[in-house]
Amino acid sequence: MANYTTSEFRGGLKIMLDGDPYLIVENEFVKPGKGQAFNRVKVRNLKTARVVEKTFKSGDSVEAADVHDTQMQYLYNDGELWHFMDQETFEQITADAAAVGEAAKWIKEQDVCNVTLWNGSPLSVEPPNFVVLSITETDPGVRGDTSGGGGKPATLETGAVVRVPLFVQTGELVKVDTRSGEYVSRAKEE
Amino acid sequence: MSYTVWGPTASLETLRARADLLSVARAFLAAAGVMEVETPIACRAATTDPAIESLSTTWIGCGRAALPLYLHTSPELAMKRLLAAGSGPIYQICKVFRDRERGRLHHPEFTLLEWYRPGWGYRQLMAEVAEFIRSSLGQPGLGMEILTYRELFERGLALDPWEADLGDLRHCALVQGIAGVEELQLGRDGWLDLLLTHSLEAGLGIGRLTFVCDYPPSQAALAHVREGPFPVAERFELYLEGMELANGFQELTDPEEQRRRFRRDLERRRCAGVTPPPADEAFLAALDAGLPEASGVAVGIDRLLMVLTGTRHIDEVLAFPVERA
Repeated sequence: MANYTTSEFRGGLKIMLDGDPYLIVENEFVKPGKGQAFNRVKVRNLKTARVVEKTFKSGDSVEAADVHDTQMQYLYNDGELWHFMDQETFEQITADAAAVGEAAKWIKEQDVCNVTLWNGSPLSVEPPNFVVLSITETDPGVRGDTSGGGGKPATLETGAVVRVPLFVQTGELVKVDTRSGEYVSRAKEE
Repeated sequence: MSYTVWGPTASLETLRARADLLSVARAFLAAAGVMEVETPIACRAATTDPAIESLSTTWIGCGRAALPLYLHTSPELAMKRLLAAGSGPIYQICKVFRDRERGRLHHPEFTLLEWYRPGWGYRQLMAEVAEFIRSSLGQPGLGMEILTYRELFERGLALDPWEADLGDLRHCALVQGIAGVEELQLGRDGWLDLLLTHSLEAGLGIGRLTFVCDYPPSQAALAHVREGPFPVAERFELYLEGMELANGFQELTDPEEQRRRFRRDLERRRCAGVTPPPADEAFLAALDAGLPEASGVAVGIDRLLMVLTGTRHIDEVLAFPVERA
């Protein structure tokens, strides 16, 4: 893999530190007029999402991280691992719960997700921005009952719980924004 | 239809403030009897300072092979040749160029105001610099303090920069919680620069002018070194609002000492694997002929304008930063 010197540092660059892939969040150049220059960076560990600060002597170089995003179709969960497929090469990969994270409560078979790969293994999975899921359980709404801001909790087929309007019933399909976890509308079978 | 960004990053109000600042600077120095000069931007020799990199270009002349020319990183050496020629007090406002420097406070080309006072000591010059800053900011009552480099480190970090060894310096950086210290490999001056920039600088010059003076001889650059039990370089830096604004020297006038420093700089560059640039022989010849005792200072006009306009990023005071140049 290539190396980057500090002069190439910028937000978004992916580098290796202590054996883990990191994303540069912020890069600050610090230098006294006559003296040693430094790059003070904020980096996010792409495995743990933890943000830490580092200081580099300007001119030092670090290894680039082989991290890239790719669209993959979610196939199934075998009880432990999530299986994804590249729709062009038909290559399949598996992701564990740490990589799938929050996406697990939104995705169902056939959904196309953004998978971030590091050296070919999944680091994280992003669900589609909008998913259509059926409601497996919700209280039959009582007309005129406005407690809870005019909504009620509904459990979806993936196990996620979202607030839906009172008129939405068990068995119906709803469209949900996975970024906010909020109900968008009722949906029809595609 | 083109979507290229073409507009300036500085507001027109800031550009007007820049024009006013330049007028105030010229009026201040003219009234003080200092003559404006111009020296070449593209020079045959370059700075030897291992911490400063020159940009270069090529001159295709008449009847000769192409010659590399280096864009000056400061007009210092050429201005000292004028002093040696008997110019008397002089100043220059010019663009200078430094490679590999870009950030909130750095831009590869920036504007320096540099002036020299033959016959003056550096403490006398500090007082004039303070007067200049007060007048350019329109704050006649702005206070000033002078701290030695040693006092700064003793007060801020309980560390004596002359006595501390590499272990002490590293330990101090660890205690200060500077991120990533564990993996840093630095020399003495590197550690001191780290502590200065990460732990001390932000607190300097808050609501007043803070001059830091009397640096370790290893950081003398072109300053005269005063001998004693603890030799000090007669150099000063001015800080305002946590930002380095100016650097000044009691100028080194000894040609032999100057040659030794150039040789040491070039040796350091060779060790770092950097092709050494040609040292300035004309400057050395001027020192041989005799440079009058003098003090000189360089003020960063862009940063002064940042203080004046209350802006946080150098791009806010430039019409077109390099990414739009």
